[in-house]
This record gives sequence, structure tokens and C-alpha cells, in this order.
Amino acid sequence: MNAYAISPLARGLETFGAWALGLLWLLPLAYAFWTAFHPSAYSTNFTLTAPLTLANFVKAWQAAPFARYFVNTVILVTMVLAAQLVLVTLAAYAFARFDFPGRNVAFALVLVQLMVMPDVLIVENYRTMTQLGIKDTILSIGLPYMASAFGIFLLRQTFKTVPRELDEAARVEGCSPLQTLWKVYVPLAKPTYIAYALVSISYHWNNFLWPLIITNSVESRPVTVGLQVFSATDQGIDWSIISAATLMTTGPLLIAFLLFQRQFVQSFIRAGIR
Amino acid sequence: MTRTREWVYAWLLLLPAATLLALFTHYPAIANLWHSFLSTPKAARPAKFIGLENYRALADDPIFWQALTNNLWYALGTIPLSIGIALAMALWVNRRLPGRGFLRLAYFTPTVLPMIAVANIWLFFYTPGYGLLEQITHALGFGSHNWLGSPSTALPALMVVTIWKESGFFMIFYLAALQSMSPHLAEAAAIEGASRAYFFRRVTFPLLMPTTLFVLVNAVINAFRLVDHIVVMTRGGPDNATSLLLYYIYEIGFRFWDSSYAAALTMVLLVLLGAVALFQFFFLERRTHYQ
Amino acid sequence: MSWFAKAGACLVAGMLAMVAVAASAQAPVEVPFFYPVAVGGPITKIIDAFAADFEKENPGIKLRPIYSGSYQESIAKALTAVKSGDPPVTSILLSTDMFTLIDEDAIVPFDDLIKTADDKAWLKSFYPAFMENSQTGGKTWGIPFQRSTVVLYYNKDAFKEAGLDPNHPPATWTEMREYAQKLTKRDASGNVTQWGVQIPSSGFPYWLFQGLAIEAGVNLMNQAGTEVYYDKPQVVEALQYWLDLVNKYKVHPPGIVEWGTTPKDFFERKVAMMWTTTGNLTNVKNNAKFDFGVAMLPADKQRGSPTGGGNFYIFKKSTPAQREAAFKFIKWVTAPERAARWGIDTGYVAVRADAWNTEAMKKYVAGFPAAAVARDQLPYAKAELSTHDNQRVTKALNDGLQAALTGTKSASQALKDAQREADRLLRSYK
Repeated sequence: MNAYAISPLARGLETFGAWALGLLWLLPLAYAFWTAFHPSAYSTNFTLTAPLTLANFVKAWQAAPFARYFVNTVILVTMVLAAQLVLVTLAAYAFARFDFPGRNVAFALVLVQLMVMPDVLIVENYRTMTQLGIKDTILSIGLPYMASAFGIFLLRQTFKTVPRELDEAARVEGCSPLQTLWKVYVPLAKPTYIAYALVSISYHWNNFLWPLIITNSVESRPVTVGLQVFSATDQGIDWSIISAATLMTTGPLLIAFLLFQRQFVQSFIRAGIR
Repeated sequence: MTRTREWVYAWLLLLPAATLLALFTHYPAIANLWHSFLSTPKAARPAKFIGLENYRALADDPIFWQALTNNLWYALGTIPLSIGIALAMALWVNRRLPGRGFLRLAYFTPTVLPMIAVANIWLFFYTPGYGLLEQITHALGFGSHNWLGSPSTALPALMVVTIWKESGFFMIFYLAALQSMSPHLAEAAAIEGASRAYFFRRVTFPLLMPTTLFVLVNAVINAFRLVDHIVVMTRGGPDNATSLLLYYIYEIGFRFWDSSYAAALTMVLLVLLGAVALFQFFFLERRTHYQ
Repeated sequence: MSWFAKAGACLVAGMLAMVAVAASAQAPVEVPFFYPVAVGGPITKIIDAFAADFEKENPGIKLRPIYSGSYQESIAKALTAVKSGDPPVTSILLSTDMFTLIDEDAIVPFDDLIKTADDKAWLKSFYPAFMENSQTGGKTWGIPFQRSTVVLYYNKDAFKEAGLDPNHPPATWTEMREYAQKLTKRDASGNVTQWGVQIPSSGFPYWLFQGLAIEAGVNLMNQAGTEVYYDKPQVVEALQYWLDLVNKYKVHPPGIVEWGTTPKDFFERKVAMMWTTTGNLTNVKNNAKFDFGVAMLPADKQRGSPTGGGNFYIFKKSTPAQREAAFKFIKWVTAPERAARWGIDTGYVAVRADAWNTEAMKKYVAGFPAAAVARDQLPYAKAELSTHDNQRVTKALNDGLQAALTGTKSASQALKDAQREADRLLRSYK
């Protein structure tokens, strides 16, 4: 917004403030880097001449089956996203373009999940999973989240902005509603899909409490639970190893974000999420 | 297409999502209500109907009241601050200050990291004696303080962690909204002689209301949903000073295995969230300004 | 069918049946078991090695060790498995989980399996301190395996600096307080740079507090797990001693002391004496860059410490063959040489006296005398706090201790409230 001329002093102060906040915000990550690459003795001692080492990463990798945790998390996140994309597309299409009795009530019921997320229903969902017999599986972690109200809400908004002429043109060419959905609506909603996918991936990669409760074994545990199990021994905290483990487990997400941050922000803007 | 076909088509499209929603949101909410009226089954004693007894126990439970009060203070402490900081961040990043790419990265990074991972790092920051905060305060000449170990500062210490984590996420939404605001507005206002502050107060902020509402909803939900850091940093202590409602539910349901009492506690949480939803959608909705 | 055909059919059927019986008799007995890992070290490798060795000696038995996380997770996993009808045959769980497992009808006592005179002798060979959390109602429900006690670690260099004899750790409460006063160092502005002593109070303060209570003369509960004695005068006295260290003598850090960072505090020389588990021995040995010592906890009216750690339990939902197989394994793995090996490799206290008399253990202790301190303390060690509805009854005490340590309540008020809460919880079990 360059309509206003800002005095150099004000600009200077703002820059200073913004930068101070930025550095402050990065501090924990910076600390994690420091501790992970230096031996244990320097985890609280910030001498610049301290030796660098990769031993912490080696120790952390050997101490818990992080490879398996990674695989589990990737499977979980992919499974959830794939299911979500399909389910919310279908549902949003129904809400956006179909007129049927009970539509408003149904939509209101969907919005309930915006407030009442599966996270707060842990006690009951645990019981349901037991009854379904799928406790302690990756599926059981993801199942409650696959019908995402947030996704339906977002996509419905986007679908509603698609001009009706395109829809009619497709119908004229003999497309069924599903084909119209696939050929017209989905391509036009790409920014929304990307933005939503990013939110979903980062949410489920980082989810902790529900996976903690529903999983028990290495075969189904995601990295967040694995990290916590690993850090909570009787012997107390060794920040070097914990930081190494933390960096290993959040590394992929962090790197992806670093590489794609521009697209990340752009997709939010173009999705018109406001 | 005919009415009936449209109707059938629509419901078929909705079916998968609706089934899962019903199974994992609506059904549990209702089942939870039912289970809160039963007792917890143990090996020898099956569950039996005990009416409002769980709720009576709840009313008498000082830890419940503490968890509730804590949660309300926690919401009050984190929501306005994180939204305010997010707005400031968005304005700064939008304003083409030098190094805005770095700033955007710095502000958003906490969102990408799992809370459980960063909680351990924050534990170090707060450690008395040689923790980072202590090293800084000592350098400035202040005394030592046990941030997580004193009831008066433990909850605020956790609030700081939450604000740090959430602000960047909200910033993105504000940024998106700011960037889709027409620059003509600012030009017109500048020509008219309005000051920057006036422009912000009378034009920008009202136009951001939909975003603010959206972000507010998210912030409220997270204030009740995100308890990962408690698990690592304080486990609800000292003496329940940092116990939040969902954490208490987790303790009761999955450490003490008292499922019916946990169900009653969950009902309180559901009612609270429902009330907040109603409030937000009916009152605040009226005051937002749509373009 | 003709008579011949019928006879022929019976013969074939009979032979098939015999083959089947023979085959099933030879099919190995499966013994899945959960084990937690609570201390550092290659526990999984050691357990797997045990399983392999045992199977070599006992070809008819197939052990399936399943790593189940921390103690907390292991009990959760075990109870979940019991409730869904699919429990393991045996498991290593906290000794304090005994009442919970009994209440959930999950385990069987060992008495039916202990038949021969050898078995009875084997049972008697465990230290009584460890058996206290393993027996109730005249029956034995658990067998000690990975047990620990609380000990006092102290910085010998700091002792020397303060003019104290580094080979004479504090033996009484008075000495501990006096030593701590000499060891507490302050800088020019009056801030403490080294505390004299710290006793962790986060998470599970009850465990360390039990040390003080036992030293004051009283343990916190009865053996049936139906009563607790949180507000007995000696217990209040014990809490007051702790509070005085913080508030009156100022030799102990204020507020809640974090369990997880206490060893680090020790390494960083922020504290000269610390109370923590024997399980930390290897950790301290590897990371303390100064000369350190390990001592029994100081005495008030007597020496004392709670025990800690895990026992073997046998689950109800198992066949008699599985129970026998599990019992065999438990006897095998607690044999003196193996108990010694386990103790040396992990830092846990070897659970029977004859384990300490094996060559390997004697050599180890000769090279590292600190390892024997926990054993020497065993005659004074008592059962860890364990009752019905254990988690909640313990939480009542934890909350009270934290309230007192943060100054929210007085010692007597905090303990009285805790007692009231515990009485309410235990009422239905009396």
C-alpha cells in the first residue's frame, strides 16, 4: 500500500519491530538447530567455538524406529487427504449446485463439525473404534477426520463462484452431473484444493492427542506420538537428542515449506479464503 | 433434471461424507450424553443408569472448576493477542518492508512444526537456572524464576507458547485478505486527506471483519482443542494450575479409565463450544461488513 | 457301508487324530509379552537376546516380546488388550499396577504355579522390599524384575570446595540440611548459582516424598491397598522438613522442580545433591564431568526409600500350557546370573541376593562401588504407594504436595485435603 508516504522514522521503527518479532519467532527453531548439531554438553552453553557433530542424529535414529514412524505418518496423511478430497468435493458439489429438501438442515449439521471436532470427542470415538474393531491402526487415526466440514465449507464457497454458464454449457454437451463436476468445477477450484491440502497435511502431520490415544504399537504410531514416547523416559531430558529427533521428524514439512512458501501463500490468496 | 432425480443425486453425493460425519461427530455427541448418565463399567460391575450423579460429582469437583476457569483465562489470554499479533504481522509483510520474505518465513514457521516437538524446546527456555529465559534475565540483572513451577506463571507461560504457535497461521488469512483489497481504496483515502490510522480504523479493519470472524472461530476452537504442550511441559501441574478441560478429560478418561465421568466432562465442553458457536454466528455475524 | 469299510474308516480317522494330537503337542506354545522401556540402554536388544536364548533351551515355547512404550503406555495397552479380549500371556508392568489389574480381573496369582520345593525357594529368594508390592491378600500376584529405589547423588568436587568430606555423604536429615547450607552458593546480587539439594516434584512427587515419609517412620498405605495415611503426624513432619529446606533454609529451589531436568541441573552444577532413581546411574556416569558419589537417602528416625519399577504378571486369559510356559520363562530370566546381567546392563537393581553374589556382579561392584548403594539400601526400602484406583489416589497426594511446595497450602492443610480425597475414593473398596 504505497498510497501513503511514510516518514523514514516510522518506517525504520516498523522495520525494527517487524524484524525483532521475526527473530524472536525463529528462536525456538534456531535453538533446536544449535542443540541438535552440538554435543550434549553445549546444549545449554552457547559458546560459538563449540564442535559440531552428527552424533545426536545417529543416536536419535537408533533409539526409536523413526523410519517406521515416518512411513506411518506419510501413509496417514496421504490416506486422509485422498479421502477428504473425494468426500468434500462430492458433498460441496451437492450443497453448491443442487436444490433438495433438507439442504439447509444438512449444511447446518455439517457446520457443527467446525466447532465440535473429533479432537474433543476422544472418549466416544475411542469406544466406536473399539466396537468397529480397528483400534490401533492407521485407518483408525484418520477415519474421524475424513469428512471435513472445513473442506466442505471452503469448496462450496468456491463452487458457488463458478459461473452457471459453464455448467450449462457442459450440460448442453451431454455431460452428466459428475462429468460436469470433474470437467468444470474441479479444475476451477484448484487454488482452493491446494490451499486446503496444505492445511490438511500440516494438521494431520502434527496431530498428537487423538493418535496417542488410539494407537499403541510401533506399526501404527505417527511421528508425533513416536517423538513423545521417545522423549518421556525416566532418565530425563537430553535436549540434544530430542532436538535431533525433532528436526528429523519435522524436517520434511519444514523443507517443503521453505521451498514452496510463495506458492503456499499464493494459494491461500487465490483461494479467496478470507 | 427432475426434482426427484436431483434430490436422489444430491443425497448420493452427500452420502459418504454424511455417513462419516454422523459416525464421528453427531453420533458420538449423542452417545456421549447417554454415557454420561451411566456408571463406568468395571470387570465385575457392568454399567448401570445413575442419572445425574456424574454431574453432581462434577459440580463438587474442585479440579473440574479449576480446569474450566483455567481454560477460560487461557482463551482470554491467547485469542485477542494472537489475532492482534497476526494482524500486525500481516500488515508488516504486506507493507513491503525490507526482508519481507524472511519475515513471512519467520512468522509462519511455528505453524509448520508439531506442538509436541516444540514443547520440549520451550521447556528448555523456561528451565530455571540455565534455561534461555533465565540466561537472558540474569544478563539483565533480574533474579531467577521458576516459570513452569509456580502456579501464578505456569499458565501464562503456556499461553505464550500458544500465541507463538498460532499467530503465524492467522497471519496468512489476513495476508490473503489484505492482498485482495483494492489499492484504489488507499489511494482514494490518501487523496481525501485521511490519516493512516484513520484509514486503518475506518476502512481496512471493517473490511477484514470476515477474516477476523473466521480467525476468531479458529482461535476459540484451538483454545479448547490444543493441549499437546501440557502433556509435555507441565502435565496439568503444579497442582492443576495448568489443567485445561480437554486435558482433564484425557486424564480422567485415559489415565484413570473413568469413562462415564469423562463423558460428563465432555458434555460440558460440547455445551461450551456450542454456546460459543451460537454467539459467534448470530451476534458477530451481524456486525461484519461484507464487500 | 460294509463292516470292513467302517473299520477301515475308523482306523484312518484314528491315525489322523493321533497325528493331529502329536502335531499339536509339538506346536510351540506361544507366549506373547509386553515390556516397557523406561531407562536408556539397548533394552530391546537385551530382551530379544533373552528370548532367543530361552527358546534355544526350551524348543517347545515361542516367546514374542512386544515393546510397549513407557510404563504408562504399557498398562494402557495391557488393559485395552484385556478389555478387547486379546491380552498377552505375561507382561512387565509397574509393581503399583497390581490392584488395578486385580480389580479388572486381568491377572492370576502365581501361587497355583508354585508347586515344587524349588519353586518355593525361588520365591523366597527375592528381596522382601520388592515383594511388598507384589503380594496382597496372602497371594503373590507379581514377580520382581526391573526394580529401582531412590538414591542421593552428590557432587564430590562441590563437597571438597565447601570443605566437606567427599567420602562422607549426609547420613541424617540434619546433616543433609547442614551440608546443603554449606553447598548453596550465591553470587554478588544474592541470586543462587548452586543449590544445596533438590528433590524433584513434577509429575510424580509422591515417589520421592515417600522416601521422606518412610524415613520419618511411616509408610503411606496398608498392604491391602484400602487405606492411606497421608495426614499422619510423621508424614506431615516429613513434608514440613521438605518445605523448610525450601522456605526456611533456602537450600532447595523454590516451586516445582522438574524431574526430567534434574539430572541436567546436576551436570550443570546448578545443584550439588539430587534425589533421583537408581535407574539414572548410567546416565550420571556418562554425563557428569566431575567426581560424583551415590549414597543411601539420609535417615530421620530410620533410613528409608520407596521401591519402584516393574514386575512380571501373568494374565488370566491364557491356557494352562501358556501359563506354565510363561512361568518357566519368568523363573529363567530371574535366575541369579541373568538377574545380575540385567542389573549391570540396565542400571536396575538386581532383584535377588544371590544375583549380587555372582562373579560378574562382584566384579562390576568392585569396579563401580556406587552400583551397590541401592542394594545396601534394600533392607530399609518399603513398598511404593499402591492402592485400589491407584492413579487417582496417588494424584490426590501429588496435588497436595505440589500445593504445599508452591506455597498455596500449608503442609498439614495440603495433606489433610489429600487424605480426605483419598478416603472418598477408597470408600467403595473397604
